[in-house]
This record gives sequence, structure tokens and C-alpha cells, in this order.
Amino acid sequence: MANSTPDGTIRLEVFRYSPEKTEAPWYQTYEVPFRKDWVVLDALNYIKDQSDGSLTFRWSCRMGVCGSCGMMVNGIPKLSCAAFLRDYYPNPIRVEPLANFPVLRDLVFQLDSFIEKLKSVQPWIVRKQEKPVSEGEYLQSPAEHARYKDFSMCINCMLCYAACPVVGLEPEFLGPAAIALAQRYNFDSRDQGRSLRQEVVASHDGIWQCTFVGECSAVCPKHVDPAGAIQQAKVASTVDWFKEVLWPWGAAR
Amino acid sequence: MESHEHDVLIIGGGGAGLRAAIELGESYPQLRVAVISKVYPMRSHTVAAEGGAAAVIKANDSLDRHAYDTVSGSDWLGDQDVIEAFVKEAPGEMIQLEHWGCPWSREPDGHVAVRPFGGMAIERTWFAADKTGFHMLHTLYQTALKFSGIKWYDECFVTKLLVEQGRCQGVAAIELLTGQVHAILAGAVIVCTGGAGRLFPFTTNGAIKTGDGMALAYRAGAPLKDMEFVQYHPTGLPGTGILITEAARGEGGLLVNKDGYRYLQDYGLGPPDPWPRLRAMELGPRDRLSQAFTQEETKGRTIPTPYGNVVYLDLRHLGEEKIDKKLPFVRELARNYAGIDPVHDPIPVRPVVHYVMGGIDTDIDTATVVQGLFAAGECACISLNGANRLGSNSLTELLVFGKRAARAAAQFALDHQVLASTQLKSQAEQEQQRIGSQYIRKQGGTERVATIRQELNRIMEAGAGIYRAADSLQKACSTIAILKDRFRNIVLDDRSVSFNTELISALELDFMLDVAQALVHSARLRTESRGSHQRTDYPARDDKNFLKHSMAYKTDGEPRIDYKNVVITRWPPGERVYGK
Repeated sequence: MANSTPDGTIRLEVFRYSPEKTEAPWYQTYEVPFRKDWVVLDALNYIKDQSDGSLTFRWSCRMGVCGSCGMMVNGIPKLSCAAFLRDYYPNPIRVEPLANFPVLRDLVFQLDSFIEKLKSVQPWIVRKQEKPVSEGEYLQSPAEHARYKDFSMCINCMLCYAACPVVGLEPEFLGPAAIALAQRYNFDSRDQGRSLRQEVVASHDGIWQCTFVGECSAVCPKHVDPAGAIQQAKVASTVDWFKEVLWPWGAAR
Repeated sequence: MESHEHDVLIIGGGGAGLRAAIELGESYPQLRVAVISKVYPMRSHTVAAEGGAAAVIKANDSLDRHAYDTVSGSDWLGDQDVIEAFVKEAPGEMIQLEHWGCPWSREPDGHVAVRPFGGMAIERTWFAADKTGFHMLHTLYQTALKFSGIKWYDECFVTKLLVEQGRCQGVAAIELLTGQVHAILAGAVIVCTGGAGRLFPFTTNGAIKTGDGMALAYRAGAPLKDMEFVQYHPTGLPGTGILITEAARGEGGLLVNKDGYRYLQDYGLGPPDPWPRLRAMELGPRDRLSQAFTQEETKGRTIPTPYGNVVYLDLRHLGEEKIDKKLPFVRELARNYAGIDPVHDPIPVRPVVHYVMGGIDTDIDTATVVQGLFAAGECACISLNGANRLGSNSLTELLVFGKRAARAAAQFALDHQVLASTQLKSQAEQEQQRIGSQYIRKQGGTERVATIRQELNRIMEAGAGIYRAADSLQKACSTIAILKDRFRNIVLDDRSVSFNTELISALELDFMLDVAQALVHSARLRTESRGSHQRTDYPARDDKNFLKHSMAYKTDGEPRIDYKNVVITRWPPGERVYGK
């Protein structure tokens, strides 16, 4: 990184919150070198290394796959490792923790509620009968693979929760990523667990909370399209309901 | 002080740790199992692996051929009993992961597809497009969530292994959120903390790969084995070090120098067939390819950029459809981070630190010499990879040996209860005191974490890079000793208790200095060239003196280096032949 030549500076206005010191959050301004191949995460690391070791944020892979470094960048949920300074320069950049989560410190937010929601949709293959490993793999055609592939790309970065207006109002809402991951398994030809997941997905806090704003899909860095997953789940649940009401003897479950 | 007790405690929530956790959940439901990780498990660096995982599955392949490729790839430093066990258990593990839902790429008939990989004579690399590690990690994590009995300590950083009565019986760990040190006791402990690529300035490794587990075990008395063997992956993006997977070459990508010439043919890797020829040219082993780059650089046949010299990885002839189907992540990364589209332009690449072959010495069942302490994955050195790891063996290694570690640790825990819990808790209390006085409440100090880390990075690259020599290694040894002294004078800006990431960085740096010291001393004393360890002053392999594992033991001063024999079963040392 150090080899590239800076081209002036750029201003970062960073949300700070340190409950041990003060109850109220504040914004701190930093001038950092502007390099056109730097991302917001590089600028934050520059600050932490050079001038302010107390600036607190999560990061690891800096290649858009570990999902650690989601932040609000000028009000929009972004992976800070994929938000280039050059897309904002020469204007200042405001960096805040992802919206709709409790803030623990500076840019670090509380993630535990998502882990619980993820667990609740049973994101694993459910089989009535397991096939022994000695019998080899389950066959899955490329077309069957394509049915769930996009939903399997979720990196749990939480940008969709930060963008979702319903998550902001109803913290119990399962939320886009957890529903997309439920669908990832529902659509997998190896899985037989949809009816188990339906109890959670089709519950009050599941898909019916979604007002289909579609912001989740707009901000997803991996093109998972959680809004599409929710819409498909609604249609499928409606079909379940019709089957139960109109053909109770032939219901899906 | 809070304390907790389990039967088996796993440190690290990457591929090996999660595989171990699932095995414990499935086969030992009576045991109390916990996973402690400094990040949420799905952030672990397994997530960044791209190309694939090797296991024999097709009719044209055989276990012996996988074993031979691995033995010769290791430059005969791999233990052949371990390699034989590995290739035998690999296919079952891969099928098991398929049953758990891993979205492997498929053949038209629905069977799992395989692709060619470097140093492998047969196509045997399973893949999930070019996000194999990501899919494996998330499949493992989501499957592990099925076991409600597993206790997860997310965002907790282990600072010390607690050893009493000659047995490792737990850890002291900081809970990031509260800043409190906990005593987490267990009958058996498995270290699965990954590698140490962050010792170097230019690496594919994420920020978290700081060698923590290696240092923890080393400090607890376990030797670090073969630490001098560090893998440079031949194709990283300049500047960021982001990995461009070997699968790009497996699918037919070509490496060319500034004249558009496939230079690998000049380094014993030819002939330059126009198709991807196995165990040749672009599909040679990583050590040879990275060394060839350096030779080309010396000859002035690379292309200068602001981030160092590069060669080109050319995928254009594969066409947009194949690139999007097989290598979508490569295209995304090249576009975002190199500003070029591989459909239309060649990708600039240079060798980048990727993997540490060395690690915590274990036996074939992952046991260390410290009773009750086991290790698996990149942090361990079970001697599968020897002097050079073949691409796509390490993801499979996580599964095979993660599971073996679970079984060995479970058996140990069934036979051994936690004893001496008072002394163990008192050790953890001393850790709390130490961290308070050395960091949080410390008076004075002038050294910044980042300054020492950057100087360590520089000396590691200068002293222990692709080519090494006595003088550069000696200088690295003395510089690291000085950096260790300077570290005592560290000062933190951040004196908060809650979520103090600067404190964690300092503790990681303290670990890195120990691991770096073991690495450069092992390298200095290995006066031969083998695999990834190339000495300009000793250019030949020396089986008479060095068909041996280096064993670095921690002392109060410089590490003590000892040696241990390599296990040879069926393949006596021979010449590594590629191409032809």
C-alpha cells in the first residue's frame, strides 16, 4: 500500500461512541492521504496505525468475502473494503456503524441477534433418512444447483439488515439474510426440511413482516436478492395455505 | 473472575475447528463442547480460499497417485504415513461435506465436478466455482449450528493456554465486549487457529492470521516444526495481495512475461503446450512458479508497476462464458481491485505469501507433546505438506484432521477430568493482571503497535522471502531480537476495557514476534534448499543432513532448534520432475 503516491487528502467524518467515556456519540474528523486505489477501510487503518489507535472497527479479509467490515458510508450500507475513496473525492466521507443494530463501540455493532435468527431457520440439510457416505454423493444437476446457488452466496455482512426499514421498526423480524438462507436450503434438491423451516419463516416475525421495499437486494454486495427470496417464500406459503384450506387431505405437510 | 468448564474446547472457528465441533456433536453427544474464536466463525480465513479441495473420486485416479503427487510436491519432507492416511480419508470427508449441503459444482450428469490443479497429475480438485473456502466454511458453520449443545464463545481472544500438572486444561481468554478475562477450562483443547501470513507485508491472508495458536502452543512447551517453509502463491494482485486462484490456471490461464513469453518453459516446467498440461508449466507446483518469477524479475523480464514488478496471467482466450461460470470471483476481484476485466485484459500478478507449511508439531492423530493439547489445520504441522503444499490439499486437510483431532481429543477428555481448577483459575487471574499492567494501565512507553509490526513485516520479507541466505537470515534474527526488546516499550492509545481492538493487535503482535523468531532461526540453520526454502548460498537439496524436520523450542532467549526424522514408507527420496 505504501508505495502509491498520495494525491492530496480527503476528510473522513467518523462516528465515535465509547460508553466508558461518554454517553453520547460524537463525530470525529480525520484528514487522510487520498490515494485513488484506497478503500474506506484502508483510510480507517491508516488512522488507527498512524494517529488514533482507539478507533474501533471490525475487518479481516479486505477482499469482500469475510463479511466483517460493513459500515454506513455516506448513509448507504457498504463493505468498507469495497468502497473506494475515489468514488467520493473530493467530498468528505461520513462513516457510521451499520444502521438498525445496537452500537457497542465506534463502528462495531451487536451481531448476536442475527446468529439467533440464523439458527432459528435451521440452516442445514434436513433428511428423513441420511444416505451413508459409502454410497457416494447425492446427484444434483446443474439446473438443480442453479435453483439455490444465488441464495447460498450470502456472506452474512448485514448490509441488508441495515437497509431494511422493517428491521428498523420490528427488531424481531427474521430479516432478509436469514430468510434468504432458509430459502437456500428449501430450494436445495438434497433437502427435505422446508416444512420445519416454514414454522419460523411463515410466522408473524417471518416473511409477512416484509413490505417489499427491495432495499435489501439493492445493497447486497453478492447479488443474493433476499427480496426475491422473501417474495418466493410468500408465494409458496400462500400455496401451502390454499392447499390446506381447499385440499386438507393433500396438504404439503 | 468468570470461569467455565467443558470437556473439549476448540480454539478457532475456521474449517478445522468447525469440522472438529461437528464430529464432537455427532459422535460424542455426552461431551460438553465449546468453540472459542476471536471473530464470529464465518469470518474465519477459510472463507477466502478459492480454488478447491483435493480428493480422489474419479475412476481414472488412484489414492497412490494423489499420495505420490503430495510426496513429491512436499520435496520429500512430508511424512508418508500421514500422507497415506490423508488421501485415504479425503474422499469420504468430501462426500460428507456434500451431504451437509456444500454447493459443489457439478457435471451435467449430476456428479461432483473436478478441475486440474498445480502439481497434481490427475484432475481431483473439487470446487464450488471459485469460492470453495467460502462455501465450505458456511456449510460447516451452518451445520454446526444444528448441535444445540455446543457453546460458542464468539469474539473471545485466547491469551494463554493453562497448563497444570503437565496437562493443558483450558485457556485464559479476553471477552472483547467486556474486556474481562475468563478462565475456560477443559479436559482437552484443540488449537485450530490458522496460519501466520501476517508476519509478511504482502500476503493473501486476512488481518486475523497472526499465528496466535502457534505462539500459544510454543509458549506452552510444544515445538514449532518446519517453520522455515512459507508458501508464496505465484499469483497475487499487486498492492493488495489479493489472491487470484490457481484454478485460473487449472482452467487454462497462461503466465507470460513482458514479452508475452511463457517463461516457465525456461525453468524446467515445459513443454509449453497450448492446453493445460498437468504437472507442467502453469500447473507446476507453487514453489517452482514463485521462484521462476523471481528469476525473471532478476533478468529484467517482468513489468514494473507502482506496487512492484508483475507478470501477466492471461485468461482472455477462455472467453467470457467460461470465466463467468468457473471463475466469477476472479473477474469480480480483478475488476474491483486491479481495475481490469480479465475477459478483455491480462491480470497483473506477483508472488504473495499465502500459507505456512510449518506449525505446531503433532503426531498423526493431531496430538502435541503437551498432554491434552491437540492441533489441526494450518496452525499445525502434521507433516502433510512438507516443504511445499500442493494447492487444494489444505482445505481437505482441515476436514480430515479436524475430524481426527475431535476423536483424539474426545478420547483424551473421556479419560481425563479437569484437575487443579483452583490453580488454573489463578493462572487466568494472573493473565488479567498482566494485561492490565502491561497494556491497559501501563505508565510510559513510546512504541506504537503499527511501527513494530511494519518493521517486522519488512525484515521478514527481506530476510526470509522467496530466496534466502546466511547474511539476510542472520540480520533477520538480530532485528527480531531487537524488536522483541522494543515491544516491551509498547504504548496503547486506547485504554478502554470494552472492545479494545488496539490491545488485541498488541497481543497478536507479541505472538507474531515469537512465531517469526522460530521461523527465521529454523531457516538460518537449514543450510540446504528444499521446496519453498531456497538458500542462494546452499542451492542443492541435502538429504544426507536435512531429510529432517526442524523443531523449534521456546527458551528464554533464542529458540533451540532440534531435528526429527521424516517418515518414509513407500516413496524413497527422488528427484522432483515436472513438465516432460
